[in-house]
Amino acid sequence: MKLWKSTLAATVFALSAANAGAADPLKMAWVYVGPPGDGGWTYAHDVGRKAVEKKFGDKVQTSFVENVPEGADAERVIRELAAKGNKIVFTTSFGYMEQTLKVAKQFPKVEFYHATGFKSAPNVTIYNSRMYEPAYLAGIIAGHVSKKGVLGFVASFPIPEVVRNINAFTMGARTVNPKITTKVVWVSTWFDPSKERQAAETLIGQGADVLLQNTDSSAVLQTAQDKGVNAFGWDSDMTAYAPKAHLASAIEIWGGYYSKVAEAALAGKPLKTTVWGGIKDGMNDLVSVNAAVPDAAKKTVAAKKAEIVAGKWAVFTGPIVGQDGKTIIVPAGKSLTDQEIDSIKWYVEGVEGQLPR
Amino acid sequence: MLDSITPLVASAVALAIPLMLAALGELVVERSGVLNLGLEGMMLLGALAGFAAVAHGAGLGPAVLAAIAAGIIAALSFGFITLTLQANQVAAGLSLTILGAGVSAFLGRQYVGFAAPVSFGDLPIPLLSRIPLLGPSLFSLNLLGYATLVLLGATAWFLYRTRAGLALRSIGESPVVARSLGLHVNRVRYAAVAFGGAMAGLAGCYYAVAQFKMWQEGLTSGNGWIALALVVFATWRPLRVAVGALLFGGVSALGLYLQAIGVQVSVFALASLPYIATIVVLVLISADQQMIRRHAPASLGKPFHDDS
Repeated sequence: MKLWKSTLAATVFALSAANAGAADPLKMAWVYVGPPGDGGWTYAHDVGRKAVEKKFGDKVQTSFVENVPEGADAERVIRELAAKGNKIVFTTSFGYMEQTLKVAKQFPKVEFYHATGFKSAPNVTIYNSRMYEPAYLAGIIAGHVSKKGVLGFVASFPIPEVVRNINAFTMGARTVNPKITTKVVWVSTWFDPSKERQAAETLIGQGADVLLQNTDSSAVLQTAQDKGVNAFGWDSDMTAYAPKAHLASAIEIWGGYYSKVAEAALAGKPLKTTVWGGIKDGMNDLVSVNAAVPDAAKKTVAAKKAEIVAGKWAVFTGPIVGQDGKTIIVPAGKSLTDQEIDSIKWYVEGVEGQLPR
Repeated sequence: MLDSITPLVASAVALAIPLMLAALGELVVERSGVLNLGLEGMMLLGALAGFAAVAHGAGLGPAVLAAIAAGIIAALSFGFITLTLQANQVAAGLSLTILGAGVSAFLGRQYVGFAAPVSFGDLPIPLLSRIPLLGPSLFSLNLLGYATLVLLGATAWFLYRTRAGLALRSIGESPVVARSLGLHVNRVRYAAVAFGGAMAGLAGCYYAVAQFKMWQEGLTSGNGWIALALVVFATWRPLRVAVGALLFGGVSALGLYLQAIGVQVSVFALASLPYIATIVVLVLISADQQMIRRHAPASLGKPFHDDS
């Protein structure tokens, strides 16, 4: 329905623009890995797209293609969007990296923006959000709320982005309860609500009473509510899906960044710097904390958030102990560089199971 | 140990139930001599119909009815093409799967992304549900789960203990002989196909309104095909379908379970376990040609011109 409406709106808009004979609007397109109705990852990007539309009105013309599988199909979709005259194409999933680079070579005049990747090109710019910051804050809440001392994490793919979120969540929880452990189940997909639910059920069956997920839907949160445990929203504010079980939501905020890209392009100077923003850049946050969360947790979260925003403290600051409980990965007083954070392939102490390779 | 295994067994049973429903329906269809490969498509249509009903504020009863109706309509269209128009059953069944997947994905767009407002909750049976292991897995099902167990018994009873069941089986063996005995071959086959559609619709309803409580494109994720394989696995016997479904449910649940308890196995190998298991079982069964020949309905998949 949404697609129909927006297509209709786009058509009507295109017609009126043609009639008015106005200057051609800047055409921007988004490639989504799931549907905007996922209530999570893709929804957050779509909110960003709408923010651009609202801010720039008829100076821009936006469109999107949803449910694009990572792989060969993505290449076709990206090429089509570039060929259709879009000047800016956002590819919003990690698995679009190679396809984006390939198409970008053939369309040197189109600017491509790839979310969460690590390879760039003259006309491919990377943007990402430091979700490990809200994940750490969520961990603090989990540490306060968990009665059994077992956390569950529904993970998608064993890439650094996901692994560091598992670590950050566990580290946050262990500042409250040093004995807490995190069980991880990998589902090998970003968006498959039924699989995400099964994974959540399995974790709950193994004693986990606070869950976090690095997948795109609200299924884990809903499962938590069904089974009487707690969980967090991820990517978007998911309070409405499970008001009881919902502790807080770690959200992505893309609107500001997308607007900057549009503004720069309209001014004729496309934005080309890699962006990796966090809470202090307004690119993500931990929001909608449940009233049932203990005040002590709320206070600690507020204090840590203030430190992050002020730039006084970073999540991956030592001492960080490895999974074996002995190896010091980051010594006290030292912090990981961005490059190191982006290549994390190890678990911290408290995470159970072996990291898949 | 038992505490840790109980959730595994419980999720195995939960995963087995929709498979049982769909496979039982298909078993009756095949026993009448018709091969309907459209199981997955009918399940998806049933799932969407059931979810749409609850999403629009109808209760669980109407959801079940809507799912069954969707399954029956899809099945009857297959029946018309193959039984009345005598088209190839394999081709028609495959088209039904593709059609069901496409139509449900298209019509279901508006339902993506929110939870079912009502759903089937677990109904533990007093006392029985406290038995260790069996209690939480077998006696704490939802209403559809219990219904499945009843339907399992009823189907077995119908096939082997009733005159109508005998008629259906004999039509599956030899429609020519059955016809000469005065049985209405196509009428019985239509009824069997409709029953298969109803059961597939119900299985879809289970996914959408009892298990996942949501709609997404391809919600049944290939389980229709597994159910088809289960019918062969069970050598066309209802109770063996239940065994096969439990085995398959167990293997599916095992993948996630092993991860959660920290066993070091490749995630990707675990995810493909159920499908590998299916292939292995089918190969084992097919290795013995006699086995298939003795048990398969003799007229399976062959068109029959019924001029009654």
